[in-house]
Amino acid sequence: MSTPNLRELSVNGLWHNNPGLVQLLGLCPLLGVSNSAVNALGLGLATLLVLTCSNIAVSLVRGVVNTAVRLPAFVMIIAALTTCIELLMQAFTYELYQILGIFIPLITTNCVILGRADGFASRHNPLIAAYDGVMMGLGFCAVLVVLGSLRELIGTGAVLANMHLLFGPIAAGWTITLFQHHEGFLLAILPPGAFIVLGLLIALKNRIDHHLAERARAAVQPQAPSASRRVRVTGVID
Amino acid sequence: MALPEISRSMLRNGLVLALFAVVTVGSVSLLRQATAERIHEAERAAQFRVLQEILPPDSHDNLLLDSTRDVQHPLLGYSSPLPAYVAMRQGVPTAVILQVLAPDGYSGAIHLLVGVNADGRLAGVRVVSHRETPGLGDRIETGKSDWILGFTGTSLQEPEPSRWAVKRDRGAFDQFVGATITPRAVVRAVHNALQYFDANRETLLATDALQPAPEDALERPESVREPARHSRAGSDAASDHLPANQPHVQDGASR
Repeated sequence: MSTPNLRELSVNGLWHNNPGLVQLLGLCPLLGVSNSAVNALGLGLATLLVLTCSNIAVSLVRGVVNTAVRLPAFVMIIAALTTCIELLMQAFTYELYQILGIFIPLITTNCVILGRADGFASRHNPLIAAYDGVMMGLGFCAVLVVLGSLRELIGTGAVLANMHLLFGPIAAGWTITLFQHHEGFLLAILPPGAFIVLGLLIALKNRIDHHLAERARAAVQPQAPSASRRVRVTGVID
Repeated sequence: MALPEISRSMLRNGLVLALFAVVTVGSVSLLRQATAERIHEAERAAQFRVLQEILPPDSHDNLLLDSTRDVQHPLLGYSSPLPAYVAMRQGVPTAVILQVLAPDGYSGAIHLLVGVNADGRLAGVRVVSHRETPGLGDRIETGKSDWILGFTGTSLQEPEPSRWAVKRDRGAFDQFVGATITPRAVVRAVHNALQYFDANRETLLATDALQPAPEDALERPESVREPARHSRAGSDAASDHLPANQPHVQDGASR
């Protein structure tokens, strides 16, 4: 298997093969905890950490485990890592741990993690696997945070409320109120809002991709020979 | 004796999996031991913060977390005994914080802490957890509105017993625009807690046989067996949840 270059991995994780917007993996936590920015960031970071560590661990043991028992072995690694994260969150961010509740243990069942473990980490060296884990995790985390912030903003008129649950007392004043006397558009915070906002985000991503492809095609037509380099440059904007 | 190929691979795979189980379980239990102390502290700190909101530190000189007594009564809503926290100053009990369950919230039970001063007046009420609708019923939280602070200073006599209800039921307490069931449930639960306190004042405020609170003293309602929900009339349910973007109508007045 060819070694993918780092740039390709980043673009894949963050944009072209984004777990939240393109692969649509891990939708349960994505929709479940994205009702505020702090919840989204908390679970996003936890997922990022589990994903990176599980990629490294799976990559390290890829010579030991054969194909017949690889899935149970990977699941054991992921479950153990998730439990570790859960214990750490309980110890250091207790209130956030209580709010996220069942969604922390559910990280184990996030298909992004098993998918990357089986599909990528088990075939690459630990460094590359770790980098892929970070990029995929960042892509997932970014979608979660954007979704959480949008829903919080539309639903309550403010973003970044209760950030002190994650960052301690310094973050107490981080709340940004954009609409002072906003009555709150409840739909955004309720579960249907998660589906609607995610749908709009996917539509927006497709729109941007379409637009970029159009521009690339327009750039190719007038002067075909020198165009290839420009196509690449415009193609990786994210 | 050479094993057949298939048994050899089964044995090998089994051993690999067993090794994985040992390593993963081992690392989890190591971390568990390492964080146990810290988690214990975090749990106590979280409990302490909530209790302190009702009874500020200068109102008592004992450690609330170490002076509890298990209580259970139908008026409190819980089906299992839960600790009540006794506050004292110079050995004299000044207040008690009861854990109370309002079983008839709009979406399940509401877990409350009700602080009652020795003279029967409320020291304060706080919501520990609930599943009320965001934006409507969740105004019982202190972070969302000051409504729940309105209980402070009230007692069984003040307002008079017939006025222990929301305004819509000709009582003394505000309801929320678009949500009547939630405040109604909280008012009823607080009133029940006061009645329980009134009937059991001596036992509650006794200074003997106090014990430290267990770590999970402030249970979340999900983990407590919930009493059956009260059935509610259709008109109530309709008025409780207005569509989010509809202009708010002052209910009660129009009916």
